[in-house]
Amino acid sequence: MRYFIEQKGESRSFPRGDAFLAGACAAADAEVAIYLGAPVVADAGKAAVLVELTTECLAEHADEAAAESRNILGFARYRNGELPPSNVVELVRFPGSDARAIDAAKAVFEAAGLTVVVCADQPGRILDRLLRPKYNAALRFLDEGLASAEDMDKTCKLGLGYPDGPIERILRGGLSHHYDVTQALFETYGTPAYAPPRRALAAARRGGR
Amino acid sequence: MSDAIKTVGVGVCGAGGTMGAGIAIVAARAGYKVVCYDTAEAPLSRTVKQTEAFFQKSVERGKMSEADRDAVLARFERTTDLGRLAPCDLVIEAVFEDLSVKRKLIGELDAVCSDHTIFGSNTSTLSITEIASGCKRPERVVGMHFCLPAQLMKLVEMSPGLLTSDQVFKAAWDWTVTCGQKPVRTQDKPGFILNALLVPFNNDAIRAVEAGVADAASIDTAIKVGLGYKMGPLELIDLVGLDTQVRLCEAFYPITLDPRAACPPLLRRMVAAGLLGRKSGRGFYTYDGNAMFGA
Repeated sequence: MRYFIEQKGESRSFPRGDAFLAGACAAADAEVAIYLGAPVVADAGKAAVLVELTTECLAEHADEAAAESRNILGFARYRNGELPPSNVVELVRFPGSDARAIDAAKAVFEAAGLTVVVCADQPGRILDRLLRPKYNAALRFLDEGLASAEDMDKTCKLGLGYPDGPIERILRGGLSHHYDVTQALFETYGTPAYAPPRRALAAARRGGR
Repeated sequence: MSDAIKTVGVGVCGAGGTMGAGIAIVAARAGYKVVCYDTAEAPLSRTVKQTEAFFQKSVERGKMSEADRDAVLARFERTTDLGRLAPCDLVIEAVFEDLSVKRKLIGELDAVCSDHTIFGSNTSTLSITEIASGCKRPERVVGMHFCLPAQLMKLVEMSPGLLTSDQVFKAAWDWTVTCGQKPVRTQDKPGFILNALLVPFNNDAIRAVEAGVADAASIDTAIKVGLGYKMGPLELIDLVGLDTQVRLCEAFYPITLDPRAACPPLLRRMVAAGLLGRKSGRGFYTYDGNAMFGA
């Protein structure tokens, strides 16, 4: 499945030098169009039109009720802060998305060695929706003195077999990044579980330090 | 009076259960004489057979000599008489996760055990301070939450109650280290660290399924590939049992009033339908023997 890329600025999913960028072809030859930071252009002639998402929903880029949006999908390659992107791509669909568009998008990413999971157009998709409240709880526990950061991380590694603990993971990804994600989720969901925790808020106000 | 736990006398209450049996193995393997107590003979007999099989496997895998196996097995004593726990330096209870049951047991142990006995509670959700209120020496009660299966998992969450003495806590801590376990210290709060993080997280995963964010397999795949976890949250819930997750919610939510700890409606419906996970053959996934099919 051939794809072309229209890019504006740095992509979180495919940073400069990523082999996926080099695999793109000319727009006229492509079956799939991929927009990285650039405004999406509907094109019914393509098998799929993909738009990279950060914290926003796909519906901010395309009208989910419009017929021209049937082949428009969102995606984000999960990435913890500025660490290298993971191998999982969350592919965001509308309720009326064309199954052929989903298949085409999966084919493009899977050919690049990535694992694709399909999800609905909801804030935080799968991973941030699930992980950020847990990280918030871990940071709150730390503030409340439940245990030390080391013991919390050790507990998750020894008790659950995780490769790392929540605190070390948040710190590696950056408290400021955690703030950005949780703030966006909190604005949408409005529930305390997503509210940026004290340490992340403080880091963001210190300018990300 | 020394609080050091000697090589004689570690008692395990509820030794007929999976967790109790595992804790008994941990103690015996470290060289301690273990008094295995339960209220009936049948579960104890089952534990004896499982313990023998466990150490036999260790021999077959070359991890232990036959002589060592025999020596370890000789350190086990089984009893349905609570009085046999009287001389133990440390008694760990691993009975049903119910505050009234545990509090009553601690009171009974208080009546029969020596003055120097330390009482460990393997509770995963309940308050150590509340359990300790069942006896007249709360300063000698310590939270010691082993992970299942205790004979394989190194983690022990250690929690002092409000009245636990530092000396007693240290003695219990040192004992877990001599057993080759890896203790972590937590406050006496619901779920300590592990379940306080895990139960709401697992509920969130169930709610994501219910909200149509993605199917169970996609959620688990995202977590495993994205974070390097060995198992996704919905696979884990299937493994521990959906009914167990309901019980954990019911233990947590009334104490914490954390909305994330409240039992998701989908979970209740699945349990009502008999979809309990691996043990019933179907939960978020369908199982045929050991094989797993998608949701």
